[in-house]
Amino acid sequence: MTDKEIAKIKFGLDSFGDIPVDENGKLFTHAEAIRQVIKEAVLADKLGIDVIALGEHHRPDFSISSPETVLAAIAGQTKNIKLASGVTVLSSDDPVRVFERFSTLDAVSNGRAQVILGRGSFTESFPLFGYELTDYETLFAEKIELFTQLLKEKPVTWQGTKRAPLDNADVYPKTESGHLDTLVGVGGSPQSMVRAAHYGLPVVLAIIGGSPERFVPYIDLYKRAAKEFGTEAHPVGMHSPGFIADSDKEARDIAWPAHKKNFDRIGKTRGWSPITRDHFINEVENGSLYIGSVETVAQKIAKAIKALGVQRFDLVYGGGPMPASARLKMVQLYGEKVIPRVRELLAEKSE
Amino acid sequence: MNIKTIGIIGAGKVGIVLAQLALKAGYQVFIAGSASADKIALTVSVLAPGAIALTSKEVAERSDVIILAIPLGKYQQLPKDELDGKLVIDAMNYWWEIDGDRPDLTNPGVSSSEVVQQYLSQSRVVKAFNHIGYHDLHDESRPEGASNRKAIAIAGDSAEDIREVTQIVNNLGFDPVFIGKLSEGIKLQPGGQVFGAHVDAPQLRQMIKNFAIIK
Ligand SMILES: NC(=O)c1ccc[n+]([C@@H]2O[C@H](COP(=O)([O-])OP(=O)(O)OC[C@H]3O[C@@H](n4cnc5c(N)ncnc54)[C@H](OP(=O)(O)O)[C@@H]3O)[C@@H](O)[C@H]2O)c1
Repeated sequence: MTDKEIAKIKFGLDSFGDIPVDENGKLFTHAEAIRQVIKEAVLADKLGIDVIALGEHHRPDFSISSPETVLAAIAGQTKNIKLASGVTVLSSDDPVRVFERFSTLDAVSNGRAQVILGRGSFTESFPLFGYELTDYETLFAEKIELFTQLLKEKPVTWQGTKRAPLDNADVYPKTESGHLDTLVGVGGSPQSMVRAAHYGLPVVLAIIGGSPERFVPYIDLYKRAAKEFGTEAHPVGMHSPGFIADSDKEARDIAWPAHKKNFDRIGKTRGWSPITRDHFINEVENGSLYIGSVETVAQKIAKAIKALGVQRFDLVYGGGPMPASARLKMVQLYGEKVIPRVRELLAEKSE
Repeated sequence: MNIKTIGIIGAGKVGIVLAQLALKAGYQVFIAGSASADKIALTVSVLAPGAIALTSKEVAERSDVIILAIPLGKYQQLPKDELDGKLVIDAMNYWWEIDGDRPDLTNPGVSSSEVVQQYLSQSRVVKAFNHIGYHDLHDESRPEGASNRKAIAIAGDSAEDIREVTQIVNNLGFDPVFIGKLSEGIKLQPGGQVFGAHVDAPQLRQMIKNFAIIK
């Protein structure tokens, strides 16, 4: 890769506000967990990390249900870092309100807001906000359509089946740039790639298991679909979970119990069996867990960036009940050592 | 019967990976989404080049065997008449986050494939490909005899049909493990130890032997 190409690549950190533990293994309260994320984001900004993305959840194991509120607090204490949601569950939200909240965040942060719209991998928000799970498809389709109209920042006239119609409605505040930075977070569903291309929105791929290489054709699909629709094919980003410590062993030893708790708790409600250490190691070595020393993680990230040609890599950090101090240290290692090392690796000639 | 064509109903995460594996194995592949063929034509041409996008009715009519890969909650949308007399492989699972509350699909005494068989009363339903995640399905497919080859469980009532499905599982890159009647398919469902497992054949057999619902 050329220096210019490498300079364009952005690195982010993503959190759902997992609940960390203190040095005695005691779980943080939700409020403490949120303040921990703010602390980490402030550090990330100091280290020059490009993006902090906070995902919306409505469950006891994740503290962030209102990412933009946390992002607004981060905005007040940071200078450069992009403030993203990852994701905003659009299906169970109101597109108008989402636009208003994020254009407000954009104002507060001098243009650093970014919305990542998605369907989310959990569905607690549906009963919570009075939506039917069976309307899942329609809700997302209609709302993303409305949202793309709102992005034009002109009065909108719109009609759908799941929300009151809008008649020449103008929505405020307007952004200073005239464009609220908006992406779509997608999993492995081909239709989501096609839909994002249809609306001309950039995508961030959530690659949370298996080999990243298998997404190469999905990116191709996004580009080909954009061409077909006559929309712009934007650079693609990816996000994957990981953890960094001084050595591979230390990283695995810290991440494994936290990952297992996280995975098994979710698995219990979905009916999959508890994760084995072998499965975990296989994901670390061949799959999509970026866990290890600075060098291990940097090599793995560089490999994924090259394979997929993505222009953004976000590390989802702090999964499960992990010591808060280890998380903070991880942010430090990521910003200070891993990112520069990845850039170095990308600059190396591939033979 | 010498199976040459595989139909797949459902062109989502699993449907597309199954199409890729079936193409690689040399089958003619027909695939359908919920709507008209042109809605998935681009997706299919990029992700599973060589497969032919059709409607689900056409897929059912034109294929020797049809794999079901749609959300289970929608099984009543399957083209029952066109599936009449066909061998059907059920890869579907009940997933409450997608299907919502469905007492009809969560009766603890009845496997969900039996519910599908009841609906498709004139088809021959065999359960397979349901317990392995779609990315493992993609990453773990290996030629016969390869070391570390993973297993896929099969449940069904007719010896002849089991033979056919065994062949397909093998050709798609996994060690087939027959576990018993369609009713036994309950052991492969979410909540059981096998669900989500990508393990080799001896391990899978052991899990079936020790079957116990993890709750
Ligand atoms: N995800 C996994 O790892 C996994 C593994 C094993 C088994 N399974 C099972 O496989 C099934 C599919 O899962 P998935 O993850 O692939 O879901 P998915 O990505 O949501 O795909 C579902 C597909 O089914 C299509 N569909 C919906 N209703 C249909 C209908 N009436 N006729 C024809 N096509 C229809 C959808 O088409 P539209 O886009 O047009 O609606 C879409 O292409 C589920 O039962 C699941 O439990 C999943």
